[in-house]
Amino acid sequence: MKSAFSFPFAALTLFAGAAFSQDQAVAEATSSSVLYRLIFALGIVVFLIAAFTVGRNRAKTMRSKVSEMHSLPSFHGAVTLQYAALGIVLAIVLHLILGRPLGLGGAVAASLVLGGAGALFGLSTIKADFRARTFTERTIMVALILCSLVAVLTTVGIVASLVVETGHFFELYPASEFFFSTVWNPRFGGGSSLGILPLVWGTLYVSAIALVVAVPIGLMSAIYLAEYASKSVRAWVKPAIEILAGIPTIVYGLFALITVGPLLRDYFAQPLGFGDSSSSVMTAGLVMGIMVIPFVSSLSDDIINAVPQSLRDGSLGLGATPSETVRSVVIPAALPGIVGAILLAASRAIGETMIVVMGAGAAAKLSLNPFEAMTTVTVKIVSQLTGDTEFASPETLVAFALGLTLFTITLGLNVVALVIVRKYREQYE
Amino acid sequence: MNNSLLTQDKRTKQRNAAEARFKAYGLVAILVALAMLVWLLVSILSAGSPAFRQSFLTFPVLIEESIADKSGTRDPAVLTKVTTLGYAKILAHSLEAEIAAKGVDLGAMKPKEIGQMISEESSATLRDMVMANPGLIGTTIPFTAIASGRIDGYFKGRVTMESAALDKNTSPEQLILADNLRAAGILKSEFNPGFVTMPDASDKRPEAAGLGIAIIGSLMMMMVVLLLSLPIGVAASVYLEEFAPKNRWTDLIEVNIANLAAVPSIVYGILGLSIFINFAGLPQSAPIVGGLVLTLMTLPRIIIPTRAALKAVPPSIRDAALGVGASKLQTVFHHVLPLAMPGILTGMIIGLAQALGETAPLLLIGMVAFVRDFPGGLFDPASALPVQVYTWTTRGDPGFVERASGAIIVLLVVLIVMNAAAIYLRRKFERRW
Repeated sequence: MKSAFSFPFAALTLFAGAAFSQDQAVAEATSSSVLYRLIFALGIVVFLIAAFTVGRNRAKTMRSKVSEMHSLPSFHGAVTLQYAALGIVLAIVLHLILGRPLGLGGAVAASLVLGGAGALFGLSTIKADFRARTFTERTIMVALILCSLVAVLTTVGIVASLVVETGHFFELYPASEFFFSTVWNPRFGGGSSLGILPLVWGTLYVSAIALVVAVPIGLMSAIYLAEYASKSVRAWVKPAIEILAGIPTIVYGLFALITVGPLLRDYFAQPLGFGDSSSSVMTAGLVMGIMVIPFVSSLSDDIINAVPQSLRDGSLGLGATPSETVRSVVIPAALPGIVGAILLAASRAIGETMIVVMGAGAAAKLSLNPFEAMTTVTVKIVSQLTGDTEFASPETLVAFALGLTLFTITLGLNVVALVIVRKYREQYE
Repeated sequence: MNNSLLTQDKRTKQRNAAEARFKAYGLVAILVALAMLVWLLVSILSAGSPAFRQSFLTFPVLIEESIADKSGTRDPAVLTKVTTLGYAKILAHSLEAEIAAKGVDLGAMKPKEIGQMISEESSATLRDMVMANPGLIGTTIPFTAIASGRIDGYFKGRVTMESAALDKNTSPEQLILADNLRAAGILKSEFNPGFVTMPDASDKRPEAAGLGIAIIGSLMMMMVVLLLSLPIGVAASVYLEEFAPKNRWTDLIEVNIANLAAVPSIVYGILGLSIFINFAGLPQSAPIVGGLVLTLMTLPRIIIPTRAALKAVPPSIRDAALGVGASKLQTVFHHVLPLAMPGILTGMIIGLAQALGETAPLLLIGMVAFVRDFPGGLFDPASALPVQVYTWTTRGDPGFVERASGAIIVLLVVLIVMNAAAIYLRRKFERRW
């Protein structure tokens, strides 16, 4: 049963050119079998090229005899190739569904027989009035549609895996406890308390600090770049700020861990008597704030630029200074878009993992002290799912419920933000 | 009240001051953002650059037969019974002899403690050398050993006399001797190629830990991502941009792609864990699974710029091709796609760069496992660059923080090269219609 399901993924690996199938029995004999599979994959390619060439040459000969053919010879070659490929795919599917009865040799033989039969059938279709081009283009179109469905399948996969496993979790653990309990204390012996509230609190606290850092800086940078900066300054500063968005989050995590955390502890938390933990909500929030600055500034900048110049001219013409124009005309006009940008930044902050894993700590607490270590939803997903993952205990399955919660919150924020931004963009067009 | 235009009244002055303040806020905001960027880079660079240098001890080693092969038979089965501890002794004896030969002042050191100054990794290396070539037993060979993490840390400023006094792995006497050894030319700080070629090392040997497997693992995953997401992403974009009818179904696909691009990356890790590992039964820690997960994550981020590149090709190109009798597919594949290629490649490189730095989903599919053997294929366990950084930061020895920062430098260099390539492509092939 399992092997039949693994076929799509096995097919993907074939295209990766690495292996032919995810074959447990052969996997034991390592390097040589990998080599055989590679040779097999190469053989398929050679075979298909041969099928294409034979078909094309046959069509060429035919064209020299008959006065006119509907399609070019290469399209007839392509049709031969398609039938041959169909035969080979059939052979591989049969091989896998029947449980690999004949091993790799059997697969090669079956591919040769069915692929050869397909190629012969393909050759028999070559006639003057056969619409080989239409046939080929239809196949390509089907392939294109299938590729665009991958994105849909990904969403379906995400939702399905989250919902199914969350369902299993709620069979083992009451949903009301999960959503309303204020204690998070997983114990792998059983009798855990798995309340999400401390995690949600930590997530919101960290994200709030991040936004308090990022929104003023991002927004003011965007305003300066859009309204005051000269073209050359803009051309340099905008990409420089966007570098912040291109830096991997693990780098921010390390920055929080080795620089910001100890600094905050030594110069703020300890002297002020707030505690002596270097990982804290403040550390993670500050660093995350730096990370989301470009998310706020770039999008706001685009949106402020989209405000029609006539609005500014009107305000300036009435005698307002540029800053008064910005405050009372440009910002109100751009407000929905800016709110959208901030929502996107918030969704980014809530879903961020590495910074909080390395900067915020692991203790689930409901506290107001920003210099205390707290934890977030994403941290707990990581800690419950790394290491030994046994998929029967509520302590592991809770990660899927956490994931579903996270997915729902960020999806909601994204949808609202995208709708607002899209609506706003159309407003002035 | 003076109403001349040439003198400002109080209100005008206030308004002008407010204007200047507002402008200054904007400038300060930009400077703060840029300062943060510089601070981040400087802090990582200064913490990580020592990882590329390493203290080595170079001295002749006599491989004593009395330890390596008591029986004198050179029988491989007997030889394997001698553990690395035995070879550690050989190294310690030879270093002691070299110290005596060169007349280096031992200070207050007991000769017994000399062995502690050599990394355990070097005894393992020596053992492997002897296993491969038993003829070495009884001979003297030139050998370069890695100094222990504490000694190395001393020359990098991480370990001081005070901290050494409290540390059971080293002592101030060892550090003084290390200074003397350096003066005698036995101990040298050199560029350390092992940092990018060697595999990871265990918790107690930060001095021997390298990025070799992580780099290979990341390379393999990037290959999978490139081979899968380039064709699929381009095909999907071509369909959506050039052929798809405008109806609710394609609208749904579009909204879906926009949302997928903003889904937190850790959710893709959960997807990979439950679909690829639990459901399809692919092995944990394997680059193939990491590659597949990153492909799914990267696809929407590639489709969006690819569609923009296709949209930027003017309709007149399509009209001209269709006008001379090309089919719609020929129009797209012969004319539109080649013209959009620079834009597509730029988007692809940026997408790959994002995938390369992604950590969270890989933690969930088991890439955190400790791997010592170089992977032979996509199904073998491997590590990844960003994940290696994370695992190193979770270890106790402070030497690993330096290694983690060094790994970040490697990662950032690769990312800078990739992004520079993208910018170059864009500048070189950018076309305004």
